[in-house]
Amino acid sequence: MASSDANHAVWLRGIEKRFPGVIACAGADLRVRPGTIHALLGENGAGKTTMVNVLAGVYRPDGGEVWVNGQRRFFQSPADAIAAGVGMVYQEFRLVPTLTVAENIVLGAAPRVLRSAEIEERVAELSAAYGMAADPTRPVWQLSMGERQRVEILKALWRNASVLVMDEPTAVLTPGEAAELGAALRAMADDGRSIIYISHKLDQVVAFCDEATVLRQGKTVATVDDLQDVDLTVLAEMMVGSSEGGYVDRPPEIEAGPEVLSLQGVSALNDRGLPALTDIDMTVRSHEIVGIVGVSGNGQKELAEVINGLRRPTQGRVTVKQQDVTDMAPGDRYRLGLAYVPEDRLGVGLAPKMSVVDNAVVRSYRSQRRGLMLVMAKCVKFCQDLVERFGVRTGRLNDPIAGLSGGNLQRLLLGRELAEQPAVLVAAQPTRGLDVQGVAAIQSHLVAQRTEGVGVLLISEDLDELLALSDRLLVMYEGRVVTELAPDVTPRSVIGEAMAGQVRA
Amino acid sequence: MSEDALIGLFVATVQFGTLVFLAALGELIAERAGVLNLGVEGMMAMGAVSGFMVGLETGSPWAAFFAAAAVGALVGGFHALVSVVLGADQVVSGLALTIGGLGLAAYVGRNVVGERPETLFTDLGIAGLADIPWIGEIFFDQPPVVYLAVLLGLAVWFVLARTRLGLALRAAGESAPTTDTAGHSVMALRSGAVMVGGAFAGAAGSFLSLYMAPGWVEGTVAGRGWIAVALVIFGAWRPGRLALGALLFGFTLALQPRLQSFDIEVLGVELNRISPALLGILPFVLTVVVLVIISWRYRHRPSPAPAALGLPYRREER
Ligand SMILES: Nc1ncnc2c1ncn2[C@@H]1O[C@H](COP(=O)(O)OP(=O)(O)O)[C@@H](O)[C@H]1O
Ligand SMILES: [Mg+2]
Repeated sequence: MASSDANHAVWLRGIEKRFPGVIACAGADLRVRPGTIHALLGENGAGKTTMVNVLAGVYRPDGGEVWVNGQRRFFQSPADAIAAGVGMVYQEFRLVPTLTVAENIVLGAAPRVLRSAEIEERVAELSAAYGMAADPTRPVWQLSMGERQRVEILKALWRNASVLVMDEPTAVLTPGEAAELGAALRAMADDGRSIIYISHKLDQVVAFCDEATVLRQGKTVATVDDLQDVDLTVLAEMMVGSSEGGYVDRPPEIEAGPEVLSLQGVSALNDRGLPALTDIDMTVRSHEIVGIVGVSGNGQKELAEVINGLRRPTQGRVTVKQQDVTDMAPGDRYRLGLAYVPEDRLGVGLAPKMSVVDNAVVRSYRSQRRGLMLVMAKCVKFCQDLVERFGVRTGRLNDPIAGLSGGNLQRLLLGRELAEQPAVLVAAQPTRGLDVQGVAAIQSHLVAQRTEGVGVLLISEDLDELLALSDRLLVMYEGRVVTELAPDVTPRSVIGEAMAGQVRA
Repeated sequence: MSEDALIGLFVATVQFGTLVFLAALGELIAERAGVLNLGVEGMMAMGAVSGFMVGLETGSPWAAFFAAAAVGALVGGFHALVSVVLGADQVVSGLALTIGGLGLAAYVGRNVVGERPETLFTDLGIAGLADIPWIGEIFFDQPPVVYLAVLLGLAVWFVLARTRLGLALRAAGESAPTTDTAGHSVMALRSGAVMVGGAFAGAAGSFLSLYMAPGWVEGTVAGRGWIAVALVIFGAWRPGRLALGALLFGFTLALQPRLQSFDIEVLGVELNRISPALLGILPFVLTVVVLVIISWRYRHRPSPAPAALGLPYRREER
């Protein structure tokens, strides 16, 4: 049974999807014409991933219709969606690290008996045909993020997907790699495939998409038939629902104070035993925000870990307030004045199954004691203060924190780290995945800390955030600080090149 | 020490090795798919008692053997239902299986304690080879289950390494969401693996009650199920190493009851003065040593342990 209007490759109609406590999609629509690249835009949490997961058969919608190539579909599993021609590159890659590139590509669509040589040859042919280099014999854990993404795309091409969904593909790519991806996607669209491209980076979207759908709070708020005709600021407004960009104002000029954090010739290995940091020298002074720019995976994670004592450097010294802390345990560093908001909020930063109170006092429990015992009343008081000061919206303080939304988790975490007036704050991806208000709240706390004299090391993938907040920018590439730039006078193109390791003299 | 005693020791080594190899091979299949099953001991007991009773009834060792495998698969199915389909904690479910399986086996077998079946597995005596001195007796004059175990080991290796099913199974043990979104049913793969694993354990149990210690008494399995669980780790989740480890563990099991009668010295220690109980913990000590070596050798690359081992999977949860 064909639809009344067969001129679409994908038609998601009035999709509804609820999760415990959230409505991710509240009647959203998406319609994609064959052979086009269609941008799905929206802020973090708008419901983009949920929407395409419905298309991929991962989520069963609570309401709405799914049409693919003119046919109504009722997917019971990802297998059904694959059979209908939907190929998906997930935001968090779906690859098995221990398997080879070839094994990952054929997984789910392999011949009954595997002959490695034959499969590897066919995979090599496929990757050559689409100009996507990938050594079929290498295990995936050895690949860079960009290479992994190529494997994901090849996986969809191996099944000859007619619809290819890419969920935030450029978050892990350099600007150069992103442009290459754009060209590859165009070639696929010219082949007759339809592509759904999810992003919140408007400049890229305009550069290589044909049409767009904008989601806000689980609803479709706009569709654009020709992206060449629209004004970027109009699109941005549609996404956030107001003309505000979501970034706080530039902090006022303050003379930087004494050095509070330094790294001297620091080198370290990553989990695989390969060099992750090489000879890093940097200082952070009181009253300044130092931004770390770089494509993720260039040593940022290891940098934060070395500073906070979660990873041992192979060489060099780390000092906090001029004191050598290279061999100091993380807890002692904290008590010396080093606060840390880790990238992995719910794994490293907070314990999901513990209560709000327990998570709040886990750093400063020593001041809530009488003798050997924790005084619960003191803990609760401490937590209440924190919740109030940082505007954490929570249910009961004794409930596990797993139920809190991302923004409130981050407010709690930041509040806890700032509770005992640190001298240095290392914040890794502090606003990733938060809604507009959450982003603004966290950013204004960072700026306020700077005003009060804290030295902030801000590690972020969001270039706009770094440009808005930082006093100085350090660019990391392959484990080195390749250059220092001034955020207000450096053209973006120069920053982009530096992120790709090309530094102009 | 007499030559006969020494040959007897090696003959028993092969048989004990077969016993733990079969059970461990089943556990390996389940674990490679991502499901830890600590119920091997209980599944072996259920296999031992049911195999023995079917043997009494039918007089056919093969009917008994396959009945035991079917019962093992059924018990494994219970673990699959609880931990894979309903997503309960695998450790709790597995331990319940061991405790419950041992108890249920004792109950089911209460009326056949002390009986002996008429027909049991007999040694094969492979023509031409069985007459070779030493080697012939140790390797070529064994019950058919020994050779079946070798074939099963090869088959499991082939399926895991060389087939679509094996690839899917390994993927399910490494990352369930990846396997699911590639179009395989994680639930079917894992449930199937646990049930096949149960069949192997049940069959191993019947090898005990139909051949190695014919008859049924409570406590027949005597911790060999736990040795099988340890053996999977010792073998680093690989069928080939599992086979080598099985011979080593089989040797300690065979030596245990004979130790006191060996009046020889090894490295200045008189063997018959060593307590057999000490020998009994050797497999576990070796396993811990191997575990430490593994975590050291694999500190910079993915460990051979399936990454998703013990983690339940539900599609819409994150
Ligand atoms: N599996 C899930 N379980 C619970 N909540 C979820 C799940 N997936 C998404 N959500 C919630 O649904 C909302 C929309 O999320 P998502 O679709 O990932 O947004 P986007 O991709 O646009 O950033 C968010 O509030 C998110 O927390
Ligand atoms: Mg998303």
